Amino acid sequence: MRRVGRGRVSLESEGILALLLLLPALLVILGVLVFPMLSSLWLSFTDLKLTKPGSGSFVGLANYLAALRDPHFWASAGRTGIFAVSTVLVETSLGTLVAILLNQRFVGRAFVRGLVILPWALPYVVNGIMWKWIFDANYGAFNALLSQLGLIESYRIWLGDPATAMILVIVANIWKETPVAIILVLAALQSIPAEIYEAAAIDGARRLRSFFHITLPFLSPVLLSLVVIKTIWALKEFDLIYIITKGGPADGTNILSYYIYQNTFQFLNFGYGSALAYLLTFLALGLSLAYARSLKGGLDASI
Amino acid sequence: MVSRQRLLGRILLYAAVVAVCVAVLAPYAWLVLSSVSRRVDLTSVPLRWIPKSLNFENYRQIFSGSAGGVQASLKVGLLNSLIVAGSATVFSLVAGSFAAYVFSRLRFRAKGAVFSFILLTQFVPLVVLIIPLYVVMGRLGLLNTIPALVLADCAFILPLVIWLMRGFFESVPRDLEEMARIDGCSRFGTIFRIILPLSTPGLAASGIFAFIIAWNEFFSALVLSSTLRSKTISVVISEFSSKVGVDYVAMAGAGVLASIPPVLLALLFQKYIVQGLTAGSVKG
Repeated sequence: MRRVGRGRVSLESEGILALLLLLPALLVILGVLVFPMLSSLWLSFTDLKLTKPGSGSFVGLANYLAALRDPHFWASAGRTGIFAVSTVLVETSLGTLVAILLNQRFVGRAFVRGLVILPWALPYVVNGIMWKWIFDANYGAFNALLSQLGLIESYRIWLGDPATAMILVIVANIWKETPVAIILVLAALQSIPAEIYEAAAIDGARRLRSFFHITLPFLSPVLLSLVVIKTIWALKEFDLIYIITKGGPADGTNILSYYIYQNTFQFLNFGYGSALAYLLTFLALGLSLAYARSLKGGLDASI
Repeated sequence: MVSRQRLLGRILLYAAVVAVCVAVLAPYAWLVLSSVSRRVDLTSVPLRWIPKSLNFENYRQIFSGSAGGVQASLKVGLLNSLIVAGSATVFSLVAGSFAAYVFSRLRFRAKGAVFSFILLTQFVPLVVLIIPLYVVMGRLGLLNTIPALVLADCAFILPLVIWLMRGFFESVPRDLEEMARIDGCSRFGTIFRIILPLSTPGLAASGIFAFIIAWNEFFSALVLSSTLRSKTISVVISEFSSKVGVDYVAMAGAGVLASIPPVLLALLFQKYIVQGLTAGSVKG
């Protein structure tokens, strides 16, 4: 290592200090995240099945190819796409609308802004059992509300139909995750100087116009980061499915994260499961790279 | 009339605000209400929304401490969650702050790469890691122990803490440290006497985030713990339905108990959470 000639600290001691200070954090991250990731990668190239003694030999890309030929994988990927797209679209738009609302002046604004964080703070498990109870077929509040309002004649088994189960799981996820969108967009809105709107109003611009020509452009970086983060989170979502539907009914909510869980923990197909997990990871990374590039492009364009 | 238009606008505004409040509160309020309802109220059709009398029997059973049974497992779960979340918070704050100091104040080759790498780990789904992690913990003899859960939580929380604290450290002017160094203060001294005290909002935000994330963590706790020695409240609840069956009051009560710490923290310290969430994104 080089030594710096002048008075200050030599790079060598700075490197050692850096290492020491980084060590605890780095050890945990390397041990808990990186090493298992690499180990998983290796597993994905083997045919390890716990139910098959003697398995675990190197098979190259066989698992990946099998996944791409697996109709269950594609069905699950499709469901994951539906889950991710709906949840991200609704959360972002709803979050923006509510943020705009919370940016107006009204009595109790600080209280409502604080209240909005509640869904985010709930443990995933509690969120799951809460919605499972609300959508309960026999005594759930959703059934009760609809029937007492006269909208349905008899109680329905909402979670028993694959399509409605997916919709309800998406609703539960949206309820829990929208607060993050609200908070981020609200913070961005608050950084827009009021003078811009005043100037536009003087020039005769009506509110809808200033929304599209002032607010949205200002918000686009935040909205783009939101979409990226929420897509990643939607792809990773597992706890909700596990608690409410366990991938059912009839695989109706069996999204990729749960499909991976099934293959590794239930079918004990470690090699295949790891390959599936890596396909999901590549998807997540690929999407974020694509978004990041378009974000950079967007920023360059606006400059 | 302008004033009538204004009035209509205000009415719509408040209606929307009320709608938002209802949407946010109603599901949770129903859970809380269910936990103090009588079973007969909850299982009647049409549903009796407000119970005639409040039923605290469920909570009383949990806290009066019967030696065994499901209620006892709830208490153990809560205690485990407290220990795990508390330890993870402390460790993440310390290790994360040190690491953030490195990324903010020190120079070494590949610093940018290491930092980006640490952030990238947030993209990896847990299912990718969980089997090897289980094996590693097994070999270390840490399966079904509190430390295993603490380590796992720290791994998820550390990138966030590092990111947050680095942002806060960046906004502390370097001149203060330089003056202190000239006066003979060591690097460690500057960390504890200058940088950290000036970054207490960052520590608060990171700490609250860390605690909530660790408390709410489910899947890793599910895989890494098999008995009440280390099961957190989330895991205990996830197994509750098979134990109490259709006892909705008990389920609701368990859910409410598990949610009180993070909800209280979030409501009381929302300022810090908002700071934490917006620290990276809006500044750009």
